[in-house]
This record gives sequence, structure tokens and C-alpha cells, in this order.
Amino acid sequence: MSHLTDLPPWAAIAVCALLLLGAATTLIGSLGLLRLSDFYERLHAPTIATSGGTILICLASILCFAVLQGRWVFHELLIIFFVTVTTPVTLMLLGQAALYRDRFEERQDVPRKPRPALDEE
Amino acid sequence: MRTWLPYPLLSTGLFVMWLLLNQSVAPGSILLGLVLSAVLAWVTLKLQPARSNLHRLGRAFGLAVHVVGDIIRSNIAVTGIILRSRRRPANAGFLTIDLDLDDENALALLACIVTATPGTAWLEYDRRLKTVLIHVLDIENEALWRRTVKGYEAQLKEIFQ
Repeated sequence: MSHLTDLPPWAAIAVCALLLLGAATTLIGSLGLLRLSDFYERLHAPTIATSGGTILICLASILCFAVLQGRWVFHELLIIFFVTVTTPVTLMLLGQAALYRDRFEERQDVPRKPRPALDEE
Repeated sequence: MRTWLPYPLLSTGLFVMWLLLNQSVAPGSILLGLVLSAVLAWVTLKLQPARSNLHRLGRAFGLAVHVVGDIIRSNIAVTGIILRSRRRPANAGFLTIDLDLDDENALALLACIVTATPGTAWLEYDRRLKTVLIHVLDIENEALWRRTVKGYEAQLKEIFQ
């Protein structure tokens, strides 16, 4: 990518900062998978990467190509939108599967399935 | 109108997405986008999604700003928790919150917002009791999480009912 050198310094610095920040955020999200002890806690770690990391890296991409091509580029907004909308679905499925398993094994530290109140009938 | 465009909002969204993907407003891509958005809305008709009445759509913008702000704030908070977790393990826990939303689309949107925000995950919704089970990474601020979810609920209620 030789034309990357065409970036003016201010844009290069901003793009680098956004990229590094996004990469660091994603790294911390992955670190969370390693460090957190419980499955339900680990459920929270990837959301950092998919929200913060994706947004920052996509902003860097928007800025870089907007400056290079001299017009606004909005592809990345679609990436942000779809990643944000689809990740929760996977996480909710995983969370429910874990909850189902833990209740089946009768672990004490997960909440019971709510029973209907008796006076409902 | 209803027969030709069963889901006007979905069609508009698809059309805008098509133009964004093509990066052009040439007559050809507009025509193709119109045809595609109409046909795909027809396909969706077969899936019979729940219809909801959208009232003040303008409020949706306020909600979006609110959500983005919360995502940034909780990103920083959860980053801190992960980095500190060697010395001080995360204090996570479950939380049951009563909801007063009936609209399925509003519930789906709330679930996506809650799960997309780091630090809170939507686990289970009980249709009968109208309660939701949420797992939070930082149970110490329990009152804050309750307030946050209730705030979203109020905003969604204004948009959907």
C-alpha cells in the first residue's frame, strides 16, 4: 500500500491512535477471556472487543479512506451496526445454554427457574 | 400501499443499506435497490414477524446517543475490572428485573442493547412473570444497573407504544 504515505501527518496520527486504541481494546477483551474465572463472567469479555474494538478500528478505517479518497466512506457504519446487532444473539444463546446446564446439574450458585405463583390458578 | 410495501421501515432500511454498499446513487443502483427492498419485504411476510406501532421515531435518535454513551462508559469500566482482576477478582452476580414491555420487537431491542453493553448480559426472559434475568460483572452497583435498564425501558416504551 504505497499510497498510504499520501496521508497528511495529522490524519496519519489520528488513524494510528484509533487503530492502536481499538487493537488494545480487543486485546483486553481477549485477556478477559483468560483471566475471568466463571463462564458467565467470561460472557462479558468479548463484548468489549465487539463494541469498543470494532467501533474504534472502523472509525480509523473511515478516517483513513475518507482522507485518501477525498470523500466520505460509510461502509464501516454497516459493519459496526451488524456486529453490534448480531453478537448479542450468540451470547444470549450461550448464556441460556450454560444456565440450562447448571440448573440441570443443580448447581447452587445459579438462580432457580422462576416458578409460577400458586395463587395464579 | 400495504400490499406493495408490507414493511415500509424494513424496505427503507434495506434500500439505504443497498445504496451504502454500492457507494453510488446512480439510477441503476437505485432501481435495483428499490426492486430488492420490495421483494425482500415480501419474503419477510412469509416469516410473519410481530408488527409493532412505532410512534415517536425521533426519540430513537436520543436512545441511540444514550446507548453509545453507555457503551463507552462501560467499556472503560469493564477494562478496569479485567486489568485489576488478578488482585481483586470480579464481583459478578445475577439480577432479576421486572419489566413492563409487551411489544416483542421492543424486548428484542432491549435484549440487544443490554447484551451489547459490556458488563451486562441478558440471560432469560420469563414471559409469564415478565421478569428478566441479567448477569452483571459488577454487582456492587446493583441499584445503578436497575436504574439503567429501567431508563432504557421507559425510552423504548415511548417509542413503541
